[in-house]
Amino acid sequence: MAQEAAMGAPEGKLWGGGRQPLGASYGKLMMWFFLLSDALTFSGFLTAYGLMRFKYVETWPVAEDVFTHFPFIHGDQPLLYVALMTFILIMSSVTMVLAVNAGHENNKKSVIWWMFLTIIGGFIFLGSQAWEWYHFISGDKGAVQVADGRVLYIGDEAGTQITLTDLVHGPSAGAHGHHEKFNSEQIQTAFKQGDYVLLVPGKAKEAIPHSTAVKMLEKAEVVQGANMVRNEYGNNLFANFFFFITGFHGFHVFSGVIINIIIFINVIMGTYARRGHYDMVEKVGLYWHFVDLVWVFVFTFFYLV
Amino acid sequence: MSDIQSAETMHTDTHDHSHDDHHHEANFWNTYVFSQDHKMIAKQFLLTGIVMGTIGMMMSVLFRLQLAWPEQGFPILEKLLGKWAPDGVMDSSIYLALVTIHGTIMVFFVLTAGLSGTFSNLLIPLQIGARDMASGFMNMLSYWFFFVSSVIMVISLFVTSGPASAGWTVYPPLSALPQAIPGSGAGMTLWLVSMTLFIVSSLLGALNYIVTVLNLRTKGMSMTRLPLTIWAFFVTAILGVLSFPVLLSAALLLVFDRSMGTSFYLSDIFIGGEVLDHAGGSPVLFQHLFWFLGHPEVYIILLPALGITSEVIATNSRKPIFGYRAMVGSILAIAFLSFIVWGHHMFVTGMNPFLGSVFTFTTLLIAIPSAVKAFNYITTLWKGNIRFTPAMLFSIALVSTFITGGLTGIILGDSALDINVHDTYFVVAHFHIVMGLSAIFGMFAGIYHWFPRMWGRRMNKTMGYFHFWLTFISAYGVFFPMHFLGMAGLPRRYYTNTAFPMFDDLADINILISNFAILGAIAQGIFFFNFFYSMFRGKRSAQNPWKSNTLEWTAPVEHIHGNWPGELPTVHRWAYDYSKPGMDEDFVPQTIPLGPGEEETH
Repeated sequence: MAQEAAMGAPEGKLWGGGRQPLGASYGKLMMWFFLLSDALTFSGFLTAYGLMRFKYVETWPVAEDVFTHFPFIHGDQPLLYVALMTFILIMSSVTMVLAVNAGHENNKKSVIWWMFLTIIGGFIFLGSQAWEWYHFISGDKGAVQVADGRVLYIGDEAGTQITLTDLVHGPSAGAHGHHEKFNSEQIQTAFKQGDYVLLVPGKAKEAIPHSTAVKMLEKAEVVQGANMVRNEYGNNLFANFFFFITGFHGFHVFSGVIINIIIFINVIMGTYARRGHYDMVEKVGLYWHFVDLVWVFVFTFFYLV
Repeated sequence: MSDIQSAETMHTDTHDHSHDDHHHEANFWNTYVFSQDHKMIAKQFLLTGIVMGTIGMMMSVLFRLQLAWPEQGFPILEKLLGKWAPDGVMDSSIYLALVTIHGTIMVFFVLTAGLSGTFSNLLIPLQIGARDMASGFMNMLSYWFFFVSSVIMVISLFVTSGPASAGWTVYPPLSALPQAIPGSGAGMTLWLVSMTLFIVSSLLGALNYIVTVLNLRTKGMSMTRLPLTIWAFFVTAILGVLSFPVLLSAALLLVFDRSMGTSFYLSDIFIGGEVLDHAGGSPVLFQHLFWFLGHPEVYIILLPALGITSEVIATNSRKPIFGYRAMVGSILAIAFLSFIVWGHHMFVTGMNPFLGSVFTFTTLLIAIPSAVKAFNYITTLWKGNIRFTPAMLFSIALVSTFITGGLTGIILGDSALDINVHDTYFVVAHFHIVMGLSAIFGMFAGIYHWFPRMWGRRMNKTMGYFHFWLTFISAYGVFFPMHFLGMAGLPRRYYTNTAFPMFDDLADINILISNFAILGAIAQGIFFFNFFYSMFRGKRSAQNPWKSNTLEWTAPVEHIHGNWPGELPTVHRWAYDYSKPGMDEDFVPQTIPLGPGEEETH
């Protein structure tokens, strides 16, 4: 149906009818409006996140303390891995641009190559996210939940956060044995051995003195790792929003990769070469850039700020 | 999904110059069921909307019985509600469910999909001079998502634990905790599934409407020559694209709270003496997200009705619409303002009074474009050569309810005044009049006016008049007295007020209201009969029965795929050249070129 307007000779005023005033096919316009709509869905989530974070701004977990792992490297590497993920995703946007550009030149081989790299980039990002979720869920340092529901970290006499493993086995043990599960008796006993304190999550890391802390620990539970109900990083909403927003974004990346693969196969089959243009590559390109752009916001609000 | 689909139609897009020989052979399935023709899809939306509307209306009659004659037995209640009405006495939980589903069905399924889905689909391609929607396939999907969503909503009525009962706004924690009340269980889950599909349907439809209006206007159909109906549908679609996704956000977070144990909307809660794991969330967060959709939704419902009214009033007054550009401007202004007023639904949530005053200010601003529209309707009628067709009567009724309901809107929009009548029948009266009645009157006007365009036959005029007057009188009879109930302090959503002696004096008013409600419901029987009878036996219609200017009347009565045989019409003038001095007739269709000495005004 669309063709008649499309075929209309560009005569008369731009908005006078019989033309495509924005110079774009209906499919491309629909993609733009769909992305606008999807952007508002994400805005809803990010606004909700902002609202709840602001409500608990004093004690909201600090991302640098939470995301500290990097594959095959020991020790604290705050935000290093997520920065790499972000870089890879942005690079996949670059390769997508190159694929679209190659499409404009009707260069099939080149389109295949750049789309292939884009898909690989998407898979690496998804794999990285799975890895990050795994570490988020299994936990790192461990914490305790006291009777009033707050999750508190363990700190040494200097007020620096230490892991439950270090608390129980001593720092000299050196193992990154964060898979060992502890019970509250173990923690209480070890806690009394030294001048340990409890730390309130948040930028300030306010310390609760040893004597008060010992009393609080009597009715405390050990929290290791994260689930929807509680997590060792602090406020339960922190993990709720982490799972939900990165999950919803990951779902978008996943569907983006699937759509990219479908278009990739079509490119290989020569569908668009026969058609004479690679508009479909451009449309999925729009979607892919959008998914990247959303990640930039998620990265900013979840990790950096 | 859209990408994959576009891959298929792209073929049509570029190579298929003559579309006629491209289509598969017509059979029952692709003509009446999985049709991609916008006219058929419009009829599908209309019929589904009418079915859903009937269900919603019957529900209101049932709970009106309870409100007027509390805890009395009615055999019909036992017959219809079964175990929910032992000895014919309505159970309190089914009362809440009926109110909830009545609201949901009327707001979303009748006045959003039934109204906008029907007339956007029918009129956008026909009035802008296009062969069809930009993507017929997506248009078809839009209907079928709506259909499945309707079916699920109806199925939820038959769940053992009862349908959703948390009000159509489904505020948590009632909606977030499956164990809270019976209706919070499976019924609520189905409600959420149904609404998610509905949002998909609305998105697919709206994308099509927007892009079709932008790209497929025929030669000469500039934006300022568009009939006001199209402007209304266009802006409505934009509102939908911007606001429904936020409802999706709200609903998805709610789904997680319900089934994954998250605490987005839930703070510390005890149920049956047992403390739940939830902590830290905020139910007010849901209200913010919900009303960010919820308020634009009011205009998603209302704007198409206002657009239809503009067209019907101008045609039947035989006068150009007064202030065309002001009409377009006020549609745009209303659409913009509708996104920054949502807080006026939440004045009693503990909102900072200063923020309340900001929302009061933005809300009252809406009165300006609304008043512009109301005055323009009246000035269009002024000294017109009025033909009182049933469609015209319903349009004038819309202007009446738009003003009546709009005036109480000024009261409710003001936080200081709202607090006094918040959650009383005053609010019920306000929104039923200003958006319920106005929109349904607009829908009736549209049906009576474009029935010949849809079925090539005319609806019976006499039955139309009976339908109109009975509906109009009973509608005011139902909702006008509710203002007094509200000012007397009667809270909405209460199953019965017998426990509050101070409300005893109001019992008679409730009986009066319920009688009018029953009368109004019976009056719709006339409409149903007229509608279905005329569909098959009505008087055959001429091509342009109302002597109207717009393009849809230049297409042949018999529906053909592609709307016009041969070339698409070319447009030379705006849609409102009625009673133009110096012309032979009192209407000049948009396809007539300017005569000698005629000045181009649009």
